[in-house]
Amino acid sequence: MDIFQLLSDLFTNYTLRTVAMGSMVLGIVSGALGSFAVLRRQSLLGDAISHAALPGVVLAFLFTRSKEPVVLMVGAILAGWVGTIMMINIVKRSRIKEDSALGLILSVFFGIGLVLLTFTQRLPDASQAGLDKFLFGQAATFLIRDIYAMVFLAGVVLFLLGLFWKEFKLLSFDPEFGESQGFSMNKLDILLTTLLVVAIVIGLQAVGVVLMSAMVVAPAAAARQWTDRLSVMVILAALFGALAGVSGTLVSSTTEGLSTGPTIVLCISLIVFISLLLAPNRGLIWQALRRLRQKRTLYLDGVLADMYSLSRQHDNLEYAHRIEVLRTMNAGRGGVYRSLKTLEAKGLVRRADDRLWALTAEGLPVARRAFLLLHPHALDTPAEKAAQEKGSEA
Amino acid sequence: MQEQTRYAIQVTDLTVAYREKPVLWDVDMEVPEANLMAIVGPNGAGKTTLLKSILGLMQPAAGQVLIYGKPYQQQRRLVGYVPQRGSVDWDFPTTVLDVVMMGRYGSLGWLKRPGKSERMKAEEALHKVGMGEYANRQISQLSGGQQQRVFLARALVQDAQVYFMDEPFQGVDAVTERAIVTLLQELRSAGKTVVVVHHDLQTVPEYFDWVMLLNVRRIACGPVEKVFTEENLRKAYGGRIGFLRSDQNHHLENMPVEGVAAVETSPTGGTLPAGNR
Repeated sequence: MDIFQLLSDLFTNYTLRTVAMGSMVLGIVSGALGSFAVLRRQSLLGDAISHAALPGVVLAFLFTRSKEPVVLMVGAILAGWVGTIMMINIVKRSRIKEDSALGLILSVFFGIGLVLLTFTQRLPDASQAGLDKFLFGQAATFLIRDIYAMVFLAGVVLFLLGLFWKEFKLLSFDPEFGESQGFSMNKLDILLTTLLVVAIVIGLQAVGVVLMSAMVVAPAAAARQWTDRLSVMVILAALFGALAGVSGTLVSSTTEGLSTGPTIVLCISLIVFISLLLAPNRGLIWQALRRLRQKRTLYLDGVLADMYSLSRQHDNLEYAHRIEVLRTMNAGRGGVYRSLKTLEAKGLVRRADDRLWALTAEGLPVARRAFLLLHPHALDTPAEKAAQEKGSEA
Repeated sequence: MQEQTRYAIQVTDLTVAYREKPVLWDVDMEVPEANLMAIVGPNGAGKTTLLKSILGLMQPAAGQVLIYGKPYQQQRRLVGYVPQRGSVDWDFPTTVLDVVMMGRYGSLGWLKRPGKSERMKAEEALHKVGMGEYANRQISQLSGGQQQRVFLARALVQDAQVYFMDEPFQGVDAVTERAIVTLLQELRSAGKTVVVVHHDLQTVPEYFDWVMLLNVRRIACGPVEKVFTEENLRKAYGGRIGFLRSDQNHHLENMPVEGVAAVETSPTGGTLPAGNR
C-alpha cells in the first residue's frame, strides 16, 4: 500500500480514522503531561502508574462485568492513583528511596494485576476475552464512543494544566520557593500527579501497560532537545506524541497482526532519535561540530602563537619560518599545513617561499594575543617594543 | 520610628528534630527592624534548617515564629526568600525574566496570570542587580554569580519587609559579592530586615549589624560588636576554631580579637544596632 493511499484512507476509512484520532489524543495528553514528569525527574513515575493501573482494569471488570471503556478507565485511574499516593507516602514516611518505592509499587501492583487477569480468564463465560489487550494495547478495537470518552478526559486534563500553569511551573522549578509564597506544593503535587495518572490511563487501551511509560518520557525528551521554553516544550511534546500516535496507527494498519502500541512507541522512538541527533544546540551532531570548530580554532591559535614566538627571536617580526619547524613545535597536533592555508585565506600569514611562512602585518597583533595567552609573563623583546611603539603611533 | 525597638522577627523556643535527633534545640531569635543579620555556625549547625522552619518549609517540633508581631502564616506577604542557588535545576527550560517574575506569583495568588506590571517589576529588579541585559537569556547560560543575582532579583520583586537568604555569597566572585552587599545595604536603608546564612567569618563585622552564632542551640544573638567575640566563636565552633586560626588565613586571627577589643574599649551596655542609630 502506498503512502498516499494510506493518507487518504485516514480520512475516508471510518475505522482507521477512529483509531488514528484516539492515538492522536493519547499522544497529545501524554506528551503534555510527560513534559512535567520529565522536568521534575519523575520519568519512571509513568511506568509505575501504568503498571499500577492494571489491577484496576481487571477489578473494574470483575465488579461490573462490563467492558465499557469508561468503566475500565475509571478502575484504571483509581488503581493508578492509589499506587502513586502509596508511593509518595512510602518515600515521605520511610527511609525507602524514591527509585526503590517506585520499583516496589510497580511490581506489586503489576503482579496483582497479572494474577487477577489469569483468574478472570478461567471464568466460565467468555465475556472477559480481550482484557489482556491492556498489556500491549490494541487500538484497532476503538469505537467512536471510546474516542468521546478519551477526548473528554483529555480536555479536562489539558484545561486544568492550562489553568494551573503558573503554579505547576513553580512546582517544577522551585517548590520550596513556591511553598514560601503560600502555594501548597503538596496539593499541587497531588493534582499534577493525578492529571498524569489520567493522561496515562487515556493511553492504556491503545498502547498498553508495558509500553505506556515510553509515551510519557519520549515526546518530552524529544521536545526538550528543540527548545528552551517550557510552553514551547509542552506544545512540541504534544505534537510529537500526536504525530507518533497517528503514524504508528497508520503503519500498524498496513500489516495484519502488527500491534498498534509497539508501533506507536517505535514511531516516537524514531522522533527521539532524530531529535537527539539533529536538534540545534543540544543535538549530538551540533555538539560534535562545535567541538570540531573549537579544536580547529585552537590549532590555528597554536600555529599563530608558535610563529610569533619564533619571530620574537628575530629583529624582524615578519620573519619567515620553515614549515618543518612549525610541524615540530606542533607535534601531536596535526594539520599544520592546513592551518597555515586557512590563516593565509584570512590574510593573517603569507607564504614567502615554498616552505617558508611569515606573519603578515595584519596577523601580527592576532598572533601576539594568542602568544600572550599561552605565555602571559613573557617580556617584550626590543623588536616587539619597537613594533608596539610603531603601532601606537599609527 | 518610635523609640522602643520594633522587632521584625521574633522566634521563640524553636525546636526541630530529624528522626529523634535534634537539629535545632530551643532556639530564640529576635531581630530588630532594619538590620542586616548573619547566621553563622559550623556545618550541620542547623542554619538552613532554621531558615526553612521559620518559613514553614519544615515542620518544627515546637516553637513560634512572629513576623512584625503576628504569626508567620498571616504575614507571608511580608517575607521574601532566597534559597540556596544549588537547590534548583538550572537546566530548566525557562528564561531569566520568567524566573524573576516567579517572585510575583505569591502576590498574584492562585490562577491569576502574570501580566505587564509583573514584567515591568521583574525588569526593574534585573536592572537593579545588574542583569538587565540578561532578561531573555535561558537560565542554563548563567554563571554562578549571575544565578545568584537572578535569585536576588526574584526576591526583590516580592517587595517584602523581611528577607531570608540562604548563603547568597556561596561561590560568587568578589565583584558579585560587593554588588550583593551594596544591595543588602540599600534594603536596610529602605527599612527592610535581612537575615543571611553566612559562612565567611572574616566579613561578618564588615557586612552585618546583628549576628547569631548557632550550633544546634543558640550560642549568642545580638549586635555584632557585642556578641561576635572570640569566646562565643569558640563556643560555636568548638575545637575547630583553633584549627581555623592556625590556618594561613591571617584574617581569621585578627578578626575576632578586633571584635573583643571593640567591646573592651567601649563597655556600653545597650548598644543599638547600626541600622537604628
